[in-house]
Amino acid sequence: MRWDVVIGLEVHLQLATESKIFSGAATQFGAEPNTQACAVDLAMPGMLPVLNEQAVRYAVMFGLGIGADIGLRSVFDRKNYFYPDLPKGYQISQFQEPIVGRGHFDIQLEDGSVRRIGITRAHLEEDAGKSLHEDFHDQTGIDLNRAGTPLLEIVSEPDLRSAEEAVAYLKTLHSLVTSLGISDGNMAEGSMRCDVNLSLRPAGSDTLGTRAEIKNVNSFRFVEKAIHYEIERQADILESGGTVVQETRLYDADRDETRSMRSKEVANDYRYFPEPDLLPIIIEQSWVDSLRARLPELPRAKRERFIADYGLSPYDATVLAAQRPLADYYEAVVQACGDAKIGANWVQGELLGQLNRNGLELAQSPVSAEALAALIQRIVDGSISGKIGKQVFEAMWAGEGDADSIIEARGLRQVSDSGALEGMVADVIRGNPEQVAQYQAADEARRKKLSGFFVGQIMKLSKGQANPQMVNDLLTQQLDSASANGDS
Amino acid sequence: MHDLSVAELALGLRAKHFSSTELTRHSLARINTLDTHYNSFITVDETGALAAAAQADARLANGDTSPLLGIPLAHKDIFCTEGLRTSCGSKMLDNFIPPYDATVTRRLREAGTVLLGKTNMDEFAMGSSNETSFYGAAQNPWNTQRVPGGSSGGSAAAVAARLAPLATGTDTGGSIRQPAAFCGITGLKPTYGRVSRLGMIAYASSLDQGGPMARSAEDCALLLNVMAGFDPLDSTSSERPTEDYSAGLEKPLAGLRIGLPREFFGAGLEANTHTRIRDALALLEQQGATLVDINLPHTELSIPTYYIIAPAEASTNLSRYDGVRYGHRCEAPRDLHDLYTRSRQEGFGDEVKRRILVGTYALSAGYYDAYYRKAQQVRRLIRQDFLDAFTKVDIIAGPTTPGPAFGIGAKTSDPLAMYLEDVYTLAVNLAGLPAMSVPAGHVEGLPVGLQLIGQHFAEARLLNVAHQLQQASDWHLQAPPEANV
Amino acid sequence: MTVHEDDIEKLAELARVRIAPEEVAEVTTRIATILGLVDQLQSVNTGAVEPMANPLDAVQRLRADAVTEGNRREAFQAIAPAVENGLYLVPKVIE
Repeated sequence: MRWDVVIGLEVHLQLATESKIFSGAATQFGAEPNTQACAVDLAMPGMLPVLNEQAVRYAVMFGLGIGADIGLRSVFDRKNYFYPDLPKGYQISQFQEPIVGRGHFDIQLEDGSVRRIGITRAHLEEDAGKSLHEDFHDQTGIDLNRAGTPLLEIVSEPDLRSAEEAVAYLKTLHSLVTSLGISDGNMAEGSMRCDVNLSLRPAGSDTLGTRAEIKNVNSFRFVEKAIHYEIERQADILESGGTVVQETRLYDADRDETRSMRSKEVANDYRYFPEPDLLPIIIEQSWVDSLRARLPELPRAKRERFIADYGLSPYDATVLAAQRPLADYYEAVVQACGDAKIGANWVQGELLGQLNRNGLELAQSPVSAEALAALIQRIVDGSISGKIGKQVFEAMWAGEGDADSIIEARGLRQVSDSGALEGMVADVIRGNPEQVAQYQAADEARRKKLSGFFVGQIMKLSKGQANPQMVNDLLTQQLDSASANGDS
Repeated sequence: MHDLSVAELALGLRAKHFSSTELTRHSLARINTLDTHYNSFITVDETGALAAAAQADARLANGDTSPLLGIPLAHKDIFCTEGLRTSCGSKMLDNFIPPYDATVTRRLREAGTVLLGKTNMDEFAMGSSNETSFYGAAQNPWNTQRVPGGSSGGSAAAVAARLAPLATGTDTGGSIRQPAAFCGITGLKPTYGRVSRLGMIAYASSLDQGGPMARSAEDCALLLNVMAGFDPLDSTSSERPTEDYSAGLEKPLAGLRIGLPREFFGAGLEANTHTRIRDALALLEQQGATLVDINLPHTELSIPTYYIIAPAEASTNLSRYDGVRYGHRCEAPRDLHDLYTRSRQEGFGDEVKRRILVGTYALSAGYYDAYYRKAQQVRRLIRQDFLDAFTKVDIIAGPTTPGPAFGIGAKTSDPLAMYLEDVYTLAVNLAGLPAMSVPAGHVEGLPVGLQLIGQHFAEARLLNVAHQLQQASDWHLQAPPEANV
Repeated sequence: MTVHEDDIEKLAELARVRIAPEEVAEVTTRIATILGLVDQLQSVNTGAVEPMANPLDAVQRLRADAVTEGNRREAFQAIAPAVENGLYLVPKVIE
């Protein structure tokens, strides 16, 4: 039997605020346990939440970025359950009246086709702490540093049909939120965590099957693998006449499987009700409008602009516009060197190549946009060839200094002195009479091919530093005059 | 010294008739000898009090004229005090020493008051008699066989017995006013949002409000002047500027329209109490006030409404007491579930557990709309009754309680009878209004309280009316007979 | 609405308060009485009345995004029942 796959994603996005959503404690990743948990985060008696303005602003910016209805009135609710990483015994979340309503964005698949994915809602809530199960002789250790970190929970419609689409959705979402600057999008640090809702139905049917929810899948690759596994698991059950149980499952990356977390399902009754320690959030339309006016350029618009203004190919524009840091880097290079196309080649080629090979983030690049632009300028102005440029780039990457000092120190400057070059050309012509004869006997088309031999010899002689354009000119001049002489 | 008003004490301190240290020693000595009979304190902080008194004396010597500088006071044990055990009347917090102050305690510390200790209360403020306290019931100084009321019973008893001139209290459904009435003192529940709730251990978040308890309206005004004010750390705190609550006390009452809700003078009101209330109202009338009969038609619904909202909010407010980060933790928990259930079973008393269960029920799946949401709707109707009434009258008056203090143990077996005690006070919290209880004579040696209810933020007006009544009467000056001890 | 003993046991589980088996019957009766009292509300016609969350109908104030709280772990953990290496300890949580 053939099955249609129906997937909806819930993404928990950490917002890039300085302080927590309801307290003045810091949100930095990686601090010593419980050093960033203040009295509010620890749910000390009598402590009260006060809402962080930046979290609200970021949520609204997200809503604007996906063309959503902004909840001009939204309400926080308490979601009640007991767990050691949840100090109050309830999570402050939004249930009935979320801050972001229905919206959508487009995803592009590898075959170039575009699909529009609906967003049901996005709401603000607080993150929980972390449970550490190792090294405490049968005890679990609780670190509440993360408790109270602002989250935006983004719920998609069940519009996704494959693992590929789910990954494309997440990548597009990642690109959107980092472009907006509302999240660092660092998946390794848990800034973007994903729950997958997946069900199967007979191909062509329009009734939804029973779904399973796979919790906390924390990388693009794991999302892909978890979905593949889950599709197979559900198909096996259905094809052998069984029924899928509606339940929460956990993806185990080590074993590459999902497994039931039925223990957590027992009598969940969250007893949602409006959080009485917080009041309704009323947002002025004028504030929303001012945020809209100041919204950073989003990836789609940026891509269009790169094509129109810089003459980039759609492919190059997509790559360079997807992530704001890379796009900013690229534009800084273009601004400093003045050549958009060569800039694009260098950023995509050498820079991304080196970053990938070394497993580095752009922010960790040893070569700044300005430094790369200075190198490109030397190529554009003919000081060095593109090929030598790659050598210089490697030296820059290794920390040997800026482009000019490396060119200087290694003596890589292109030979553009016509006197010196004329001598070299003459030497080569003199040393290869046979080839000169062939050249002179050849017609116009063949001459072009044959001149390559001479250029190669001259480059060898100059250790690659001869200005290729000048070499060509001088060579043609001398060979032609040599043949003219021979004719006479 | 213990019979002087706070204004008189402040004058005495500034005129060097006595020092804050002498005054504090006097209060501590009275607590030591008398409180064995009242059990009004859970914790007495002798060392801290004397240190604060010494500091106050130094400030006084420097000519500091802060109104409450050097004045001893007691905090209800619901306000967190840095470095001083804050139990909330519960075994759960018997070992809890907060590393922080409540906004109220911080403000009063900074104002130079001398904290004598923390007063007894119903566990987590859930009760109307002080009998649910883990530390045993406090007794009414007028008759130690009677309850002092609750939940701020310890504060009321301490002030009535002249152990402390001032005390703080909190009022969720009458918890300042009812014990003030039972103990013959003056207590004010401010408008919701007037006094910060930060560091005040939550019972029902949308109803809780801290306020002053003292012998007179004048003293209450002095305490409220320090307690009240905007707190950026409490989202429900009002940004509206405060006023000098002492400034308008002397305003004459001529032209004042006092509304008497028919629902407050019905069959439930004991006859003698009714008479005392009428006598007090007559005094106000003599001063130029006019009495107008009004209706608050939804009064009766305030009991069910309150007993949904308060337990619902409490049931989740109390989830943080899980034995993990502070407070009581059971011995040798077998597993996580055991840690939670046994710590909470051992740490909470019966009434608290009962309200947690009721609240859990009211919020559980399928019941939310029928209970909590419905109650929040009725709450709006109750508030509307008051808003309608205030188009015709300036303040509303009536009894604080149906009768005087009942006997210890008289209602413990019947929670419902206890809940009905609150019929005149609950609606005020649901509507978020300010209200006072003012002494209005006695019935068989037990005090009766007149309740005054004002419009939102009309604390100054209430204090003015109460003060004028106290200028024309001496009920608030009468002390329980110490021979009674 | 009526409430039965097994309802009370479920509520107790949800609220993590243990009711001793011999007390369940009494607690059930008491809770049923209270629920009987609050059931008065069911007869009130509240139609389109907006539920009232705050008596002043106030709205939420927003706090500037600034770190105002430093590390006070030592003070907070001094009152904790069980800590090790800066972590709060609980019996092993089984996933």
